[in-house]
Amino acid sequence: MIRRRRHVPPSVGPVEISPEVAKLSRRRLLRNGASLGSLALLTGCDLSTHSGIDAALWAMLGFNDHVQAALFNPQRLAETYPASAITRPFRFNAYYPIWEVRMVPENWRLAVTGLVADKSPWTVDRLRGLPQQAQITRHICIEGWSQIGQWSGVPLHLFLRRVGADLRARYVAFTCFDGYSTSIDMASALHPQTILALDFEQQPLSPEWGAPVRLRIPVKLGFKSAKNLESIAVTNTYPGGFWENQGYDWFSGV
Amino acid sequence: MDQVQALRRSAHPLPIRIMHWIGATAIICMFLSGWAIYNASPSLPFTFPPGLTLGGWLAAGIAWHISMMWVLFADGLAYLAYGTISGHFWRDLRPSGPRALVRDLGDALRFRLPHRIGHYNAVQRLLYTGVILCICVAVLTGLSIWKPVQLGWLAGLFGGYPLARHIHLAMMFCIIAFLAVHLLLVAIYPRTLVSMVASTKAEVDR
Repeated sequence: MIRRRRHVPPSVGPVEISPEVAKLSRRRLLRNGASLGSLALLTGCDLSTHSGIDAALWAMLGFNDHVQAALFNPQRLAETYPASAITRPFRFNAYYPIWEVRMVPENWRLAVTGLVADKSPWTVDRLRGLPQQAQITRHICIEGWSQIGQWSGVPLHLFLRRVGADLRARYVAFTCFDGYSTSIDMASALHPQTILALDFEQQPLSPEWGAPVRLRIPVKLGFKSAKNLESIAVTNTYPGGFWENQGYDWFSGV
Repeated sequence: MDQVQALRRSAHPLPIRIMHWIGATAIICMFLSGWAIYNASPSLPFTFPPGLTLGGWLAAGIAWHISMMWVLFADGLAYLAYGTISGHFWRDLRPSGPRALVRDLGDALRFRLPHRIGHYNAVQRLLYTGVILCICVAVLTGLSIWKPVQLGWLAGLFGGYPLARHIHLAMMFCIIAFLAVHLLLVAIYPRTLVSMVASTKAEVDR
């Protein structure tokens, strides 16, 4: 898996200045201030600067991603659990608090772009017309906590074949109507447990759990399972993502 | 035994001294970056002072952790290979019997245990063997929580992802406890620090 060198985010938010981005930048400033005061020798080591140390850390993240891609076995399944193991209450997680959850836009359609033959948009009903798969798997957050949840939906490999995607492309990118985005490698996208989830705990997804359709990928850390999808792109250009652009390890396989 | 040989040999051969300092640096960086990761979702009712962490926030902490991980991994493998092949483990670190341990521990607690450079008493053997095992378990649990699916068998060995994560944290505390004793003893016997830097002959029985 070869990937273009990542763009180190500039100090000004890369997208339009939304309140969330502004809040993040403020937090980062505070963080930088805190490290300046203490480990003075090691400033420029938090992935936000153009220092040599940060460049080395980004390079190590890239190297690490190659190792992770090599360790990835496309056939190895994530452990599945009985219904009794499901974590309740299930923890909400997003880059914003739960009261900022976005409602599904009217006339929502899932767009499919990039290296695909059929770019017609998808409604929920049309997605439900495809074969469905259920799973009870562990969602592991990059922060370390984990919880077991139940999802069902369309296997992504099936969907990608259905839309005539170029399966030799490097990346599958996801954008969400809540401003989030992420991307995964094609091998992980084709993993048998990677699904476009429509249901959570046997009910249609509600907005906080990613309505109307979300990615659920148990072979990646939780932040890769993007909620509230609005489009899927198949591409050979490194797409990055909301957290990846700030320094979260891109491959983030588990 | 081997007093003549002891007169000639170095207290700490050069490879040991090099690997000690590379390993020490790597482990300190693993602590500091690990604390940045821990702080993102503390599993105990406290966090580490952000100023004491490496990276300052989760992503940078992880970047440091998985960078220094390779240094520790390479240094650790080289050390385990050297320690086994050179006989260092068998000669110096092999645990002595319980009787010697009780005797040396009693002396140590009354600050009457003589410290001879280049020789390992029962307490030192126990501590060094213990910390090497703790570091090995820390590395193995670290691999388990890095790759709980791809290395599912390893995570299973430690009782699954959540337990492996707790053991990983527990190993950190064990290594810190070792470090506290280790640094205290270096402060009491500063010439041991010299012997881990410069070439120093092993001491003979007094």
